[in-house]
Amino acid sequence: MSTISQEAVVVRPAAPVPSQDTAVRTSRVARTFIYLVLLLFALFYLLPFAIMVINSVKPLSEITGGNMLALPQDWTIAPWLSAWSTAQIGVEPTGLRPYFLNSILMVVPAVAISTILGALNGYVLTKWRFRGDTILFGLMLFACFIPFQIVLIPMARMLGLMGLAGSTPGLILVHVVYGLGFTTLYFRNYYAAFPTELVRAAMMDGAGFFRIFWRIMLPVSGPIAVVSVIWQFTNIWNDFLFGASFADLDSMPMTVGLNNLVNSSTGVKEYNVHFAGAILAALPTLLVYIVAGRYFVRGLMAGSVKG
Amino acid sequence: MGFLDIRNVTKSYGSVEVLHRVDISAEEGEFLVLVGPSGCGKSTLLNMIAGLEAISSGDIAINGRVVNGVHPSKRNIAMVFQSYALYPNMTVGQNITFGLEMHGVPKPERDKALAQVAKLLQIDHLLDRKPAQLSGGQRQRVAMGRALVRNPDVFLFDEPLSNLDAKLRVDMRTEIKKLHQRLGRTIVYVTHDQIEAMTLSTRIAVMNKGYVQQFGTPKEIYDTPSNLFVASFMGSPSMNLIPAKVAVENGAPHVVVMDAEGQARLLRLSQPALSAWSGREIVLGVRPEAITDPEGADRKSLNVQPLKNRVTVTEPAGSDTFVTTTLGGKDIIARMRADASVSPGEVFDFAVNMDKAVAFDPVTENRIA
Ligand SMILES: Nc1ncnc2c1ncn2[C@@H]1O[C@H](COP(=O)(O)OP(=O)(O)OP(=O)(O)O)[C@@H](O)[C@H]1O
Ligand SMILES: [Mg+2]
Repeated sequence: MSTISQEAVVVRPAAPVPSQDTAVRTSRVARTFIYLVLLLFALFYLLPFAIMVINSVKPLSEITGGNMLALPQDWTIAPWLSAWSTAQIGVEPTGLRPYFLNSILMVVPAVAISTILGALNGYVLTKWRFRGDTILFGLMLFACFIPFQIVLIPMARMLGLMGLAGSTPGLILVHVVYGLGFTTLYFRNYYAAFPTELVRAAMMDGAGFFRIFWRIMLPVSGPIAVVSVIWQFTNIWNDFLFGASFADLDSMPMTVGLNNLVNSSTGVKEYNVHFAGAILAALPTLLVYIVAGRYFVRGLMAGSVKG
Repeated sequence: MGFLDIRNVTKSYGSVEVLHRVDISAEEGEFLVLVGPSGCGKSTLLNMIAGLEAISSGDIAINGRVVNGVHPSKRNIAMVFQSYALYPNMTVGQNITFGLEMHGVPKPERDKALAQVAKLLQIDHLLDRKPAQLSGGQRQRVAMGRALVRNPDVFLFDEPLSNLDAKLRVDMRTEIKKLHQRLGRTIVYVTHDQIEAMTLSTRIAVMNKGYVQQFGTPKEIYDTPSNLFVASFMGSPSMNLIPAKVAVENGAPHVVVMDAEGQARLLRLSQPALSAWSGREIVLGVRPEAITDPEGADRKSLNVQPLKNRVTVTEPAGSDTFVTTTLGGKDIIARMRADASVSPGEVFDFAVNMDKAVAFDPVTENRIA
């Protein structure tokens, strides 16, 4: 047993009691090794991002003329300003700003609607069970495994029939429908561990379907709502295929805008602007992870362990 | 017709019938206990009274009104759940008044009702806490408070004490009894603990396998169990059930039982009607406290029969001494005064109070006398 080394035993009384819930007390050597490996992986993942950041604050000449890895000699935020508001995208010199706004207008309602519907579905599937509910749930789960490409053509036809083709509401609908399988799965599993007696008690207290949902279920749904929001936000924000297939010029999301920026064929390739644009496109998901990330794992684990 | 009437009620899940033709009723202010082993259908019956389970056939009436199909919140009942089912996101105060709020009671009245209930249950100081910050006994009180505040026609309790430790359970039992005596409301109470059933109830329904085995007062259930199941389920230690034979001697019916040495012994029966069973097998039922030493025998009894038999084990339990002997090939427990001088191995003069003995048909298992 290398984990209970002499050293660890001797050191323990002096060292502060670790607050973390560790199953096994590791020795210093093992600990150092683990941290080294983690550090290496972190570097490995951070390096590309660092290169993007470095090159987005350089004049173009420094990139084309030489070293991608060197720090800039002339620090400049001009590429960022250009990417945001003046860069040529397609035929218009609009920068990414309008696409960013399009994405926000699409993502926020799509995430909100799919999460709320998923919560309602989970609530019904666990607390208002009916004949065939497991089959229905199975079918909804199936939606998680349908590849995007398969639904493109029928979806385009449906959007056309509904008069939503090429519009932000159309994209919202697509993303809500597509995300519902996942959000339902999350909430169903979370609510399955929620005591049904509470719902019965609320029923006897005179609360109806929506009141129970609103007053009893939702207040304890924080962790799983975070999971659902992160999942949906990342997926919808990063989606390219639906955006490219179903959006018009005035509803195009950020991902498509970025692609057009990078592929604009006029003049020289402004790599520094491209880097800045790519970071802009990644920023919101990054933000969501930083703000809510620590609830993510907690939400995923909730219900699997009682306590 | 009582205050709470359960008439011919059955419950089926698919093709499986789990409750069979249940007929029970309780007067206003009664404490009705449903008792039986696990899986006998107690909770199902309670949930049907609550309206949480549909009634497959039959009627349930509360205060003269048939409530089949009436929504749980409209039956004017309140329930205390086994897990307490306190809303985790609300404070104790909010938990207690949630039902009033849902019924549109204005805030000042809710606060008044809350204050009353909190005082009654002595939880005034806990009103701002969340359920997670309470002990088991405190949660139990809050759950009762939530039921009390509604001022319902009928209170339903589903094994409310089963999550508490032994000491607290006894305390809370007393409190529930006090509460009932004070408020005089009708209570239906589910438990599988026969001591809870005996101590709390004014009327007991003993259930097994979806049938009501016997419905009566605690005394009726204890003294004259209607069949072998009730006899062995109620009482601790349970009733001694002794295989015996009836014989008529001097014009009076007697039982013939084998003692520890295999000798046939005669005990005169108090029920003359048992002469009809002359020559046939019966099961004789005698409670442990009806078998004593001669000094400890019930002086009011008209028929105390002496019985010499060998003692196998003695178990002093402080207040009583339990003495084990053998009758009819089975271990028999006698309950004696703590200071009765009995020692294992000796042949002891037992006194059997035959006025308290009952007899069962070994085939149908029903009581015959
Ligand atoms: N939804 C259901 N579908 C099928 N059978 C059920 C269902 N609910 C309960 N039962 C059956 O009904 C019978 C009675 O159950 P019930 O919960 O009323 O028992 P109980 O007397 O309360 O037992 P316990 O003391 O364990 O709580 C059991 O045999 C159970 O298996
Ligand atoms: Mg039960």
